Amino acid sequence: MSAPAISVRGLDHAFGQDEARRQVLFGLDLDIAAGELVVLLGASGSGKTTLLTLLGCLREVQAGSVRVLGQELNGATEATRIAVRRRLGFIFQAHNLHESLTARQNVLMGLEVHGRVLRAAEAAAHVLSLLGLGDRLDYLPAKLSGGQKQRVAVARALVGNPDIVFADEPTAALDRDSGRVVVELLRGLGRARGTTTLMVTHDTRILELADRILRMEDGRILAG
Amino acid sequence: MTQVLARLLGRLPIGWLQLTHNRGRLVSALAGVAFANVLVFMQLGFLGALIESIRLPYAMMEADILVQAADANTLQDGSPLPRQRMLQALATPGVASASAVYYGRLDWKQPDGTIRTLDVLGIDPRERVLRAPEVEAAREALMISGTALIDRGTRNVPPALFDGIEAGMPYTIEANNRRVTIVDTFRVGGGFGADGYLLVSDQTFLKIFRSRQAGAPNLVLLRAAPGEDPAALTARLRERIAAPDVAVRTVPEAVARDQRFQTTQRPVGVVFGFGIVIGALVGIIIVYQILATDVADHLREYATFKAIGYRQGFFLGIVLEEAVILGLLGFLPGLMATLGLYALVTQATGLPLAMPLLRPLTVLAGTIALCALSGAVATRRLARADPAELF
Repeated sequence: MSAPAISVRGLDHAFGQDEARRQVLFGLDLDIAAGELVVLLGASGSGKTTLLTLLGCLREVQAGSVRVLGQELNGATEATRIAVRRRLGFIFQAHNLHESLTARQNVLMGLEVHGRVLRAAEAAAHVLSLLGLGDRLDYLPAKLSGGQKQRVAVARALVGNPDIVFADEPTAALDRDSGRVVVELLRGLGRARGTTTLMVTHDTRILELADRILRMEDGRILAG
Repeated sequence: MTQVLARLLGRLPIGWLQLTHNRGRLVSALAGVAFANVLVFMQLGFLGALIESIRLPYAMMEADILVQAADANTLQDGSPLPRQRMLQALATPGVASASAVYYGRLDWKQPDGTIRTLDVLGIDPRERVLRAPEVEAAREALMISGTALIDRGTRNVPPALFDGIEAGMPYTIEANNRRVTIVDTFRVGGGFGADGYLLVSDQTFLKIFRSRQAGAPNLVLLRAAPGEDPAALTARLRERIAAPDVAVRTVPEAVARDQRFQTTQRPVGVVFGFGIVIGALVGIIIVYQILATDVADHLREYATFKAIGYRQGFFLGIVLEEAVILGLLGFLPGLMATLGLYALVTQATGLPLAMPLLRPLTVLAGTIALCALSGAVATRRLARADPAELF
């Protein structure tokens, strides 16, 4: 068996200092194999988003070991973290699109991080078409519905062919059908290219598509 | 435009797209940059006018070398010189000719009771002392005692008065209880001291300024013999007239010294130099505010880009792109407004405000450099934070 895409050992995390210190993650252990689609469930405040941002190199690891794509993140340099980020796709709770850029330009941002890319505009248009936005390429986010914006954000995360996709409630703003389209697309990528997906969701409709379901409570993982 | 910039930068021109996304803010940002430009341009204009107005009377003199009183910093101050110094100069080989010039300041009372100050120059009308052709033409007339030429550029005098004089209707004024008849005009242009110039013969000068003596002019103009190097001749003259009461200088030296004195020792010069610094500071603050607000407004988006894997240099690039665009686009209206204001000030004050070619280039380069500096400072906040802390 190949090395896991994600491997976590004894991960603690706390916010604040001294008396205001509040620990949110307690000794997490977690392994996710390459190509797996894992869903993370849990009440709000259970530490799901914190875990996701730690795995996605968006937050510094304080204690414990986090290996993502074979790279230890605890104590990693900024250069290492940037290199790892470029192999990840992140779908945020809020779409976080750039308001001054069109749908296609927003998706291009996911490509240009790798430098000059040949036929980048076509690649961006292709991913948007897969998500049913082929006729909205040159729309600014202000002219798109919430669901359409979320799909642009999904396209931005996927266009760079990431090895791991982190998704923080990606279907919250989507209707039932397009939510399913997004998750099926992620699962298809897992089957075809070995893309790993870790998704936080409250959406029970898509649980059947997951390879594995993890539950978090009060900063601990309950069942694997 | 987006295409051009994309090609130029090798990436999406995010700075340009951000700036043009909010037109209202772009316009006010450009107005801010233009305003800062106008501020600096005006101060540079005033300083330039001061320097130019110092040079003008020197440029008018038919001279290679000046003999001034040792305590004179400008044309208008300093003790009178013993006329003997002129004779000593004339005895020096290489000096072709010499003329004495008398200087005094006159209050000219207007019919409405207000006062114009005139710098009065007394010259020997038999010699070519000043270069202007209109002075050449009027030398004959000046030989008559009590006649004068007036500077056409004199401030706050109705142009009709000059028109009348030029049309052959002499205008008589009262100068220190003497009647002086202005028979023609010449042109110098007012400075920051007096409102204008009055040119009279040495004889008339001594009648207006009765305390002054023929044996003590303010200035001696020397002309070098053909083929004589003024600098070498000046060195010889300094040896020859080794008196502690005089200073011998070539005209360019004297101009430079006067300009240096008035721009660094006189309040006006210091104020304008200070004004340039203040203008630049106000400009930096305006541009920094614009760019820092822009960075703060796009913090979420930048955090997202950072999460995707963009480096700090990328964000610096965006802000520098914005800085250069603002600097360039704000410069043009600033320059236009300045040219209008220069014309207005010149018309109102007679000061020689001009726009030398180099000045816009300097100001543009300075604007872009300061914009870029402000931009670099504005992105610092982004450098340290983890992306997750910025959402």
